[in-house]
Amino acid sequence: MYDKEKLKEIKNNEVFWKNIIVQKWIERFPEIKNEFKTSSGIILKNVYTPIDIVNLDYSNDLSFPAIYPFTRGIYPNMYRGRIWTIRQVTGFGKAEETSERLSFLDKAGQTGLNIVFDMPTHHGLDSDDPIAEGEVGREGVAIDTIKDMEDLFDGIPLDQVSTSLITIGAAPILLAMYIAIAEKRGMKSENLAGTIQNDSITAFAVTGAEGSGIRLDPLIRLAVDTADYCIRYMPKWYPLSIVGYHIREAGANAVQELAFTLASGIAYVKELLKKGLDIDEIGPKITFFFGAHNNFFEEIAKFRAARRMWARIMKKWFHAKDIRSMVLKYHVQTCGCTLIAPQPETNIIRTTIQALAAILGGTNSLHTNSMDEAFALPSEKASRIAVRTQQIIAHESGVAEVCDPLGGSYFIEALTNEVEKEAYKYIERIEDMGGMIEAVKKEYIQNEVAKSAYKYQKDIESEKSIVVGLNKYQIDEKLELNLFKIGRNYEIRQIENLQKIRKTRDNLKVKEVLSEISDGLHKGENLMPLLIKAVKTYATIGELMGILKKDLI
Amino acid sequence: MKRKIRVLIAKPGLDGHARGAKVVSMALRDAGMEVIYTGLQQTPEQIVNAALQEDVDCIGISILSGAHMTLIPRILELIKKQGLSDKLIIAGGTIVLEKDIEALKELGVNEIFGPGTPTKEIIDHINHYFGIINKL
Repeated sequence: MYDKEKLKEIKNNEVFWKNIIVQKWIERFPEIKNEFKTSSGIILKNVYTPIDIVNLDYSNDLSFPAIYPFTRGIYPNMYRGRIWTIRQVTGFGKAEETSERLSFLDKAGQTGLNIVFDMPTHHGLDSDDPIAEGEVGREGVAIDTIKDMEDLFDGIPLDQVSTSLITIGAAPILLAMYIAIAEKRGMKSENLAGTIQNDSITAFAVTGAEGSGIRLDPLIRLAVDTADYCIRYMPKWYPLSIVGYHIREAGANAVQELAFTLASGIAYVKELLKKGLDIDEIGPKITFFFGAHNNFFEEIAKFRAARRMWARIMKKWFHAKDIRSMVLKYHVQTCGCTLIAPQPETNIIRTTIQALAAILGGTNSLHTNSMDEAFALPSEKASRIAVRTQQIIAHESGVAEVCDPLGGSYFIEALTNEVEKEAYKYIERIEDMGGMIEAVKKEYIQNEVAKSAYKYQKDIESEKSIVVGLNKYQIDEKLELNLFKIGRNYEIRQIENLQKIRKTRDNLKVKEVLSEISDGLHKGENLMPLLIKAVKTYATIGELMGILKKDLI
Repeated sequence: MKRKIRVLIAKPGLDGHARGAKVVSMALRDAGMEVIYTGLQQTPEQIVNAALQEDVDCIGISILSGAHMTLIPRILELIKKQGLSDKLIIAGGTIVLEKDIEALKELGVNEIFGPGTPTKEIIDHINHYFGIINKL
């Protein structure tokens, strides 16, 4: 992009400046660190110049917002027409309680619904399952039957909102319930808009293969079946949100998060192609979910690199023709693992910096964590501040007024290139192993992530990394915790309701639909239509998952 | 040769927050201990059986699901039943409320390490308990 003679001049000047001026300065004022590195170990220079991006080709590598390879954003005018979607995760206790919090967040200015389920629900266990004890409604909302889903979305016009259902294992059942309540209210499933996470690969990469007896292949069949159904019959629904966030929270660095997430995307594309779908039917339906961690510029570079990489992978590897297949649509959550317990107010500032990185990186939607999330689910006050953080960035800071405002910075462009290069190295290694599914089965991903997590912790303990309030600038304080508490009452009521439903429903009908599902499984049918029919009989999540597990896993 | 301290790192509950358990396992190993990590989603029965079979000296329970007041007392009960009460029982994760901490200590948990605890503190605590530091 630069004149050769001018580059030569810059290079000569740089050599002089570095060897004479900087060197002398450092002799008087030594640097505070032996080396300056990003979280992924990318070494940082003290200043960047055109020399560092000498091979950058504006039209091919950056271009304009909404133009391939989308480095500068996926919409022509980015946030000038509409800010990103403020999408806070909600879900705790019984469905009605979550419903209350949803309307609270709605009043606070949230623009999308984001529902997280409790652990028993994720695993497809009924609330009265012995191993669910103590976990009901703890980390999300409890769903046993379609009745709970009806309570959760009571008064919410399902065909007018965009809903994100954050669930993995039991995703097909929960989606079936969502479709079924819409149908019961006289709406058509093709008009439903939203996202279901439904990504077993990254979930397994974080939690699986630890002697749990759960195998990955059946989980992938369920996920792919669900995605296949949505692609064919629900044009406004995104049936796969590939979750880099979990991998990041488990300890991965930025490059690993990027590489492992895109590698998972590649794996799903391959599986869906096997279903006979066209790449341009699949591509537009895949979305992603990343974390926003502390290292500000590296995070921005990661988001920019992610868009460029995915566009090129879809175009060059999979020969997509529709540009909607090439654009990387993604949600970001600030990283919970960066939050600390002492001086919890400092978490507001961490979250602000992370949110800013996500926005400067061009995210489509954003969840900001609440300051008390190092201990528990957020209190109302903390959760309001989290929404306010995004609103201040949107309305007061002015950062949303120019598309990709950091594009063209020598440093940002060089770092974007570097992050991309390192991520491709991982992706190649994974593809050599037979793809992401194999890499997860071999526990390669798990080991890489665990190593990074340990390094992160060791760096904090050796004070190589400073965490303000944790290993530096500590104070003696008595923590005044005003935590959001979930009583056991939720659990007791949830179980009572479930047991009442089991007694009052038509159990013969339930038996019938369960055996239909079992037949469908063996015939290799897509299970979604059967599940939609089944949930309407008030079959429980445990019964349905039980059948799927028995016959699949 | 003196036997290494054997530690079971146990992860009860249905959640996937394994980062802390894994990091602590690696740190204890690097500190010269023998570590057996149970993996995720272990029932109290599985945990106590593992402790018995592996003949451990210390059981470390990592819990971040909020269900500690249900699961830890159950584990302690089983520990008692199996005659393992002489083992060092420690816990970590998101146990932060003073009344929970006191209640669990009352029940037999020797120490509770909250979010952000340096691994060195855990290592020192275990070593100290087994008299390693005193003998140096």
